Amino acid sequence: MTLEKEQKKNNLQKVYEVIKTMASKPSGLIGLSILLFHVILAITSPLYVPYDYKAIDPSLMLQAPSSEYWFGTDSLGRDVFTRTILGGRTALTVTFFGSLIALLWGGALGIFCGLVGGKIDDVVMRIIDAFLSIPWILAMLLIVSLLGTTTLVLIPALGFFYGKGIVRVARAATHDVIAKDFIVSARARGHSNLSIIWNEILPNVRDAIMVEGAMRWSWMLLGFSSLSFLGFGVSPPTPDWGLMISNARGLMSFAYWAVLAPIFGLSSLIIGINLTADAFAKALGIDRSTKAPV
Amino acid sequence: MLLLVLKRILLGFITLFIVSLITFSGVEVLPGDACTTYLEREAYGAALEACYERLGLNTPAYERYISWAAGVLQGDFGYSLSGEMRINDVLGPRVKNSMVLASASILIGIPIALLLGIITALWRDKLPDIIISTITIFSMTIPEFISATLLILIVAIWLEWLPGIVIVPTGASISELLPNIILPVIAISMIMTAHMARMVRSSVIQVMASDYVQMAILKGVPYWTMVFKHVLPNALLPAINVVALTIAWLLGGVVVTEVVFNYPGLGRLVIESISNRDLPVVQALAIILASIYVSINLIADLMTLMLNPRLKSLQIKK
Repeated sequence: MTLEKEQKKNNLQKVYEVIKTMASKPSGLIGLSILLFHVILAITSPLYVPYDYKAIDPSLMLQAPSSEYWFGTDSLGRDVFTRTILGGRTALTVTFFGSLIALLWGGALGIFCGLVGGKIDDVVMRIIDAFLSIPWILAMLLIVSLLGTTTLVLIPALGFFYGKGIVRVARAATHDVIAKDFIVSARARGHSNLSIIWNEILPNVRDAIMVEGAMRWSWMLLGFSSLSFLGFGVSPPTPDWGLMISNARGLMSFAYWAVLAPIFGLSSLIIGINLTADAFAKALGIDRSTKAPV
Repeated sequence: MLLLVLKRILLGFITLFIVSLITFSGVEVLPGDACTTYLEREAYGAALEACYERLGLNTPAYERYISWAAGVLQGDFGYSLSGEMRINDVLGPRVKNSMVLASASILIGIPIALLLGIITALWRDKLPDIIISTITIFSMTIPEFISATLLILIVAIWLEWLPGIVIVPTGASISELLPNIILPVIAISMIMTAHMARMVRSSVIQVMASDYVQMAILKGVPYWTMVFKHVLPNALLPAINVVALTIAWLLGGVVVTEVVFNYPGLGRLVIESISNRDLPVVQALAIILASIYVSINLIADLMTLMLNPRLKSLQIKK
């Protein structure tokens, strides 16, 4: 019991130290604050938005920003400020749970393949390679157009498609530790494969997989908002940045505010997640600058 | 050596074979087929039967796969649903348009990326590096549709320098396309250049820290001789593979960019065929895009192999 408590305390301390290292550099501090700001905004924004996000009023069409409507109104007379601060909620939820799914199945399959090796490993990696060579956008569009654009389809679909890159990372990290003495001795002690995975391999590959997952999160957000922009993401009238940009784009020659507000929201969140993921990788001592975005 | 090359090519074909299986069975497994989506609400009774008959959908799946795959191997993708046109005729001009766009972006992007990557690496953590690296991080992380939309807003609408959207027919000649593709090319090459510049930078930094470069410095080799003779050849080699992967990854971004600029290429065809549920065209596009991806990777592998004598005797393992 006491040992377990001690372990927990150590883990908490480690998390605290990683965050402290991340915040010690300006880029990491900026990234963390932007991300934190967006998360707080996403959780609390329904409590204090000034207008109803779906209230359509033709008499208020395309109003320029004023003291009443801070970011102006869009082509249906909806308040752009309200829709912008609500716009990150769906994106954050979908991509957060999507990355979690990607992390879990990608990590599990990668460790398994790295451990068993041989024929099974060869076949699985061939299939993963084949999946990687289908452009993500085509596969996602196909799934979404046939199964619908609810979040219940989007989360597992994104999770599946962004997890295949994690398989490779987890497999490579497992290969790095598999020949080490402590694994050989665990085998000699007669531990089962499951126990070796849980007690010996996982603690050693966890960092690499988590860093990869953090990076996937920002790519997934990019993919998700691209889908929304193309009209294959969340459906209207849900406020979503990608959807808002695509709707307001046609009229931007005289109502640029309706485009710029969601652009600012989405860009700042993606930059925030990216800076955080970079700082996270550096704090854990993993270099990912030489990697291609697969 | 020859055996290794043949092995890589064979692996490429196996990958494409699996891709064709995945797309074919994906379309089979997902609810709805070509006929129900094509006929929509009238999909029952005689009309549905007739449609199945016409498209040959009443034969078993494996038979259809074999005849489809045989057609694809001979370069024939069959007929599209919506336009009742031969898919080859639909694809031809689109492939050409996208090739023009992609090659212009690559031709402009790669030299700039090399230059920026080398500058940032040689002046590491100095002012040029800080400025260029910040810009590359921004242009790398922002989605294509945002940078493209901003480009249209600033360059086409506010400054009125260039046309904002492309209004040429699908079959336009290259000279008709050229004035229109400037903004799309900038949008695509911005992101690509940023990715590549980052990779070249870290590759050059790694080589600069190696023993043989330190040795060259100690021997008194002039700085620029050292950079051009010792650092660059060794630094750019590993970058080739990563650059290839980046180009392949950007295929998805090209789709979005083409939609933003209304460019009549493969990317817009992807969206159009999926909106129309034209599954035969979707299957053809999946195979074509996957072949592009596989061949880019193959070329990169072969280039690395040819330029690096050490690898000739070794097996390349991914």
